[in-house]
Amino acid sequence: MTDATDPDKFTGATPDNALRNSDRAEEQAGPVLAADGTPLKRSLSRALRRQKLRALGLIAPLLIFVLVTFIAPIADMLFRSVENQIVSNTIPNTVQALTEWEGTGDDLPPQSAYEAMYFDLFLAAEAKQHTRLGSRLNYEQAGISSLFRTTGRSLDDIGDDVQDVLEDMDESWGEGPFWYDMMWVGNSGEAARDLFDTKRSQLARMTGESLSGDVNFMPSAQMAEMLPLTTQAYTSWAIFAALVDGDTVKEEEPWEAVFTALAYDLQNGGAERVAAYDGAGAAQLQQAVENLDQIPQIDFQAIMAEADEDWNNVANWRTIKLYSPDYTPGYFLNAVDMQDGLDGFEARPENQQIYMMLFKRTLFMSLMITGSCILLGYPVAWILANLPMRTANILMILVLLPFWTSLLVRTSAWKVMLQQQGVINDVLVWLGLVADNDRLIMINNQFGTIVAMTHILLPFMILPLYSVMQTIPPSYLRAAKSLGATNWTAFWRVYFPQSVPGIGAGSILVFILAIGYYITPEIVGGTTGTFISNRIAYHISSSLNWGLAAALGSILLAVVLILYWAYDKIVGIDNVKLG
Amino acid sequence: MADTAQDDAFVAFERVQKSYDGETLVVKDLNLSMPRGEFLTMLGPSGSGKTTCLMMLAGFETATHGEIKLDGKPINNIPPHKRGIGMVFQNYALFPHMTVAENLSFPLEVRKMGKSEREKKVKRALEMVQMGDFGGRRPAQLSGGQQQRIALARALVFEAELVLMDEPLGALDKQLREHMQFEIKRIADDLGITVVYVTHDQTEALTMSDRVAVFDDGRIQQLAPPDVLYESPENSFVAQFIGENNTMMGTVKELNNGLALVQLDGGELIDCKPVNVSKPGERTRVSIRPERVEFNPERLQEGAHTLKAEVLEFIYMGDIFRTRLKVAGNDEFIIKTRNAPDQVRLEPGSQIEIGWLPDDCRALDA
Repeated sequence: MTDATDPDKFTGATPDNALRNSDRAEEQAGPVLAADGTPLKRSLSRALRRQKLRALGLIAPLLIFVLVTFIAPIADMLFRSVENQIVSNTIPNTVQALTEWEGTGDDLPPQSAYEAMYFDLFLAAEAKQHTRLGSRLNYEQAGISSLFRTTGRSLDDIGDDVQDVLEDMDESWGEGPFWYDMMWVGNSGEAARDLFDTKRSQLARMTGESLSGDVNFMPSAQMAEMLPLTTQAYTSWAIFAALVDGDTVKEEEPWEAVFTALAYDLQNGGAERVAAYDGAGAAQLQQAVENLDQIPQIDFQAIMAEADEDWNNVANWRTIKLYSPDYTPGYFLNAVDMQDGLDGFEARPENQQIYMMLFKRTLFMSLMITGSCILLGYPVAWILANLPMRTANILMILVLLPFWTSLLVRTSAWKVMLQQQGVINDVLVWLGLVADNDRLIMINNQFGTIVAMTHILLPFMILPLYSVMQTIPPSYLRAAKSLGATNWTAFWRVYFPQSVPGIGAGSILVFILAIGYYITPEIVGGTTGTFISNRIAYHISSSLNWGLAAALGSILLAVVLILYWAYDKIVGIDNVKLG
Repeated sequence: MADTAQDDAFVAFERVQKSYDGETLVVKDLNLSMPRGEFLTMLGPSGSGKTTCLMMLAGFETATHGEIKLDGKPINNIPPHKRGIGMVFQNYALFPHMTVAENLSFPLEVRKMGKSEREKKVKRALEMVQMGDFGGRRPAQLSGGQQQRIALARALVFEAELVLMDEPLGALDKQLREHMQFEIKRIADDLGITVVYVTHDQTEALTMSDRVAVFDDGRIQQLAPPDVLYESPENSFVAQFIGENNTMMGTVKELNNGLALVQLDGGELIDCKPVNVSKPGERTRVSIRPERVEFNPERLQEGAHTLKAEVLEFIYMGDIFRTRLKVAGNDEFIIKTRNAPDQVRLEPGSQIEIGWLPDDCRALDA
């Protein structure tokens, strides 16, 4: 008898022995072969492949839907938070010219930068892209937006002056065909194809269109050598006129920047080169050279400074240079109250720091809401789980009722309840607990947000708690009591640990929902109760700073993932049960 | 029951009633007393009130009326955790978030016992159920039989004098269940504890108990040692519930000298032992155990009434033969014979005469 009662010596088909046998089988390592000699693992996977494909086919619609509507937007958002191609697309030549400039001291950038900026900005203004760039750079340096706008308006002036002078010498300067013949490669001679392609692709990138149509113009290489700036300016204009405005290049009078460029070319070595020229427009060019002193002196820095004196402010140039790369950490730095200084990253001025505070507040309030949901939801879930089914179902409907009411209505109801002339204050005043002129401020602050959001998110805590508690048999509590535990000890030592997975599931649900909540804080949050999500929404819909919104969103996503990871490490995600 | 008998009883139910809904009584007028050290089984079909009785004793249900006494003291108003009664639950109720050792140490911890003493007792309890090496495991890592042992050890570790067991072997397979029956009985005897055991498995009840209380319809139908219960059922419920039984309806013709002459509904006359029939003319249910039926004329008493029977089916069951007969219009009449070398195997279709000793044939209530 004593031998037989030792579990390890008891033989036969008992569950104990079945367990031991399976343990033993696992210890015998080495591949198991199927009947035809292939490893069993492989033949099994072959047999299961068909089933797997079928399963994949069944989930494919949802998978595609999620990819298109969820994963792709998230990827796009992550990309937007670092993307910064607008600068190099809009003012490509300026970006190029600024690479030489260090920008560390008080020195202004070189003339070439002003020159490039003049032509880039002129083209951008014609294409109506300069204000977009201005808005983008304004996020980094206040005032750049208006700088770009005012400059865009007055860049025509100098070109007009030059044109007037030239037309006084010869009427043909104001005629499209004259210009066209002069700049065109003609029937013989070499074409400046590279120049043309460069200008076309720059314009294409700036406007975001393909611009693949026929321009009916090709600059001549001879002209590009003789009057380089003029050829560039004319080519840009020709492409713009033909492909954006849809005009015929030959019939149109070029825009002012071409005259500015011509004046500059002639004043900077072009005069000598024109002497040897005998092509179309040679006479007019030589006439212009002879009267060079009548043509206004071109100084791009002065032109820019006249348009707006802020072009002599080195800080603006520094900002343009800092944000000229195609990808920038600037949005992320901004999102954590930092900025990209010349000597590395630095904190923003104290009065501009807002996001870290908002992140901290969002975390703190989400934790408060999660905590209140646990405190309020646990007893309710307990009662639900321990009542007879019929009664529990009726109470469950009460718990679910908020789900069937509009979120807006529920939030607004809290506004009615909590405001200073609201129900709760009225009752407190009536009871004499609060003086009439000293009513409590319970809405449009953190308190109001926590109250309203706790109420709204409570079902997300109760439901997982309830379903976990339902699986805890009452016999555990009875067992604990029969073993001598008081009601409290039985609850705390036996029941509560088993309900922790429900608390975990509920907390994750509530916390993650709370941390990204938008509408309730927006309505009842006032200034002290708003979340980071409200700021994101502001940047998406009001300030249109999508890059910053994307960076804030990415950080929020990262914070949630990190917290989830930490939760998994500490509590273990296996311990989360939804029932 | 007399009051004097209850005074020295360890556990006593006195006129206990229980109703859940205020309309029907689940337990009707229960009187029961147990001496210290007894192994008593409450046996009955589901809904017969046996588990309710156990729960009232444990303190999880309150009696609607009557008194429950433990060691002479009424315990109706003592909460379960102060009763000091060990309990083994149907599904063991081992705390899944604690190791085996923590489970066992729990009742000692809540009794504020010191650490070293706790460890000593846990070790001893584990060894008692031959699970000494399993202290560090979680209940989910144990098989059903092992969990059963741990549940038993936990109910015993704080040295309760009374241990309640609520169908503790219900979840085990047959072989292991039989094994654990002996094990529990051995431990109970070794420790000298008093055990109230609830089951609906009559074999379990008969194997383990000192006395069995057969429950039906909220009442104890019979309270007796297993052999008495089996051989002398006091009413037809007990007769039918315990073991296999052949029953036939009939009417009492005569009653004399402790013998009843019963005329079966088919007209045949047989001798019976009157159990709860009191006068001629009463309807009765006659009950005879399959293994007490005799078909060898040589072994029958002289002058005994015999009945004609037709063999319908012969089943070879290894240790016994089971033969189905048609007797007095009843074609579910079973006889069991031991598989012995000289035993006759009845051929289906053959006609035989069967009979029995009048003492084995009991005339019960209809």
